[in-house]
Amino acid sequence: MFKYILKRLAMGVVVVFVIATITFWLSRALPGGPFDRDKPLNPIIIENLNKKYNLDRPVAEQYIDYMVDVAQFDFGPSYFYENETVNDYIDRCFPVSLVLGIGAMIVAILLGIPAGVISALKQNGWQDNIIKILTTVLVSLPNFVIASALMYFIGYKLRLLPVALWGTPQQAIMPTLALAAYPLSYITKMMKSSMLEVMNSDYIRTAKAKGASNFLIVYKHALKNAVLPVITVVGPMFAGIITGSLVVEKLFAIPGLGEQFTKSIFNRDYPMIMGLTIFYSILLIAATLIVDVVYALVDPRIKLGKESKE
Amino acid sequence: MSKLLEVNNLSTSFFTKFGEVKAVNNISFDLEPGQVLAIVGESGSGKSVTSMSVMRLVAKGGKIVNGSIMFDGKDLAKLSEKEMSKIRGKEISMIFQDPMTCLNPVFTIGNQMEESLKLHFKGMTASERHTKMLDMMEKVGLSNPEERLKQYPHELSGGMRQRIMIAMSLLCGPKLLIADEPTTALDVTIQAQIMDLMRDLSEELNTAIILITHDLGVVASIADRVNVMYCGEIVESAPVKDLYYKPLHPYTWGLLKALPRLDMKENELQPIPGSTPDLLLEQKGCPFFDRCDHAMECCRDGKPPIYEVEKGHFAKCWRYHPEFKEEQ
Repeated sequence: MFKYILKRLAMGVVVVFVIATITFWLSRALPGGPFDRDKPLNPIIIENLNKKYNLDRPVAEQYIDYMVDVAQFDFGPSYFYENETVNDYIDRCFPVSLVLGIGAMIVAILLGIPAGVISALKQNGWQDNIIKILTTVLVSLPNFVIASALMYFIGYKLRLLPVALWGTPQQAIMPTLALAAYPLSYITKMMKSSMLEVMNSDYIRTAKAKGASNFLIVYKHALKNAVLPVITVVGPMFAGIITGSLVVEKLFAIPGLGEQFTKSIFNRDYPMIMGLTIFYSILLIAATLIVDVVYALVDPRIKLGKESKE
Repeated sequence: MSKLLEVNNLSTSFFTKFGEVKAVNNISFDLEPGQVLAIVGESGSGKSVTSMSVMRLVAKGGKIVNGSIMFDGKDLAKLSEKEMSKIRGKEISMIFQDPMTCLNPVFTIGNQMEESLKLHFKGMTASERHTKMLDMMEKVGLSNPEERLKQYPHELSGGMRQRIMIAMSLLCGPKLLIADEPTTALDVTIQAQIMDLMRDLSEELNTAIILITHDLGVVASIADRVNVMYCGEIVESAPVKDLYYKPLHPYTWGLLKALPRLDMKENELQPIPGSTPDLLLEQKGCPFFDRCDHAMECCRDGKPPIYEVEKGHFAKCWRYHPEFKEEQ
């Protein structure tokens, strides 16, 4: 297991290297420079800026410098914000996105799994129908619509929760819900179909023939098997929430990483674009690795790093 | 002799959107303690539904519509779900066709075996349970039982898993074991071992067995009595020797003729022509009418009653009507 994790980490480093290379060259291939403005700057200023950030040197040289820095987790200075590095930004904004993402994921899992189980056990009953309608609505509505609706009704009309900003737990509730909507519906649907399949399996019939109660059958025999496919999607989903939270962050004026990512593209803030892309890929790689390890812990049939005996 | 199980006029139907499917249609049979009864028939003949009805585990949409299942003085058809769960696994237990999928993949063998004991013997201590499990695993011929308990199903072979299933089903000392095609998914040498094992254990523990199979070879080696089912009905019922030496129903003739033999040339299999009728349609006459070489006028129009042709040997065919005479 330990060896397997090491191997995966090594592979992760290679993937990050490739991603860093591609983003570096792609950002250099973008037409226009980082200091182009609506009102053009004085060429001398641009020249000075280029000199300051080493942009006057050959691109290959810049590339090597950059890769050496990245290897030390130094993503360089921002071209847009003076006196701040990309690392400063990640340090400041990532915790916000992380808290938001973890919150949304917890809501999605804690509600999605039981909802899926109920939906499967009461298939075509009224519980199932309600859950079906809700999940279909939540999965089809973009999260900015959900966010706006929450802000309007709960924040503005009912004045139950603050409409925006970040800092107090109350302020976290609405953005968390808006972000959780899609993964919640997804996990519910997945859990339902997985549970339906498991409940029809032979080992559930064996458990019934043993005289096990319904409770025991559902909570012991079925749940652990049914949750397996859900585990596989949770990792990438989590990474997706953190990186994809930009719209919700923007709507609620939350100083998270997602918002910064879009801004950096408009600002042609090369180090920011590259830094955040690499950071996100590291997140995604870590999330899938964690999922694989958890999967192996839950499912005895999976032995990481060993050839199967059969 | 007192009966262990008496099934009277049992009918089980599935209610589909196309109508009622009479999977088991008015069957009666009984079983003495320690007896081995085989139920044979082709796919869809109602063998498994019969056994699932006895267990009261008929799949969704299916329902026992008529009849009684007297087991040990109780009518299983009328018991509440709670009372039934005390009988399942303890008084009547079951093993299934595919041992590869019948054990839960994410729990150890020990965990799954122990569960039966925990469910039905509440007062038993952990060490008592442990001894009992080891004892039973030895009985079914599993080596290194101590180690097996810690293993997961995927670490065992098919034969071993079926032995585990048998051990698990016999753990609580059931009076009746229902084996639904227990050897179909195993290869032939293992089949013989499992059948021998079941026969021996049935004698040793005085457990009655209902063996559901479509393999007449398996039946001959283990059963005391055989019920032949066709289209949800028992068409012939006989002691095992009589069924092989003096089969009465044309369907049984067909089944026996279809058995491959060692002295047969290749491509010489003799199937029964045609296929089973659609159970959605009401059968006016004998359900085997279409496929029967010996069909007569009366077979189309009227369902034959069951005749006791010889003592203990029943057949559901007009040929055994007292006024019937062979025409040839």
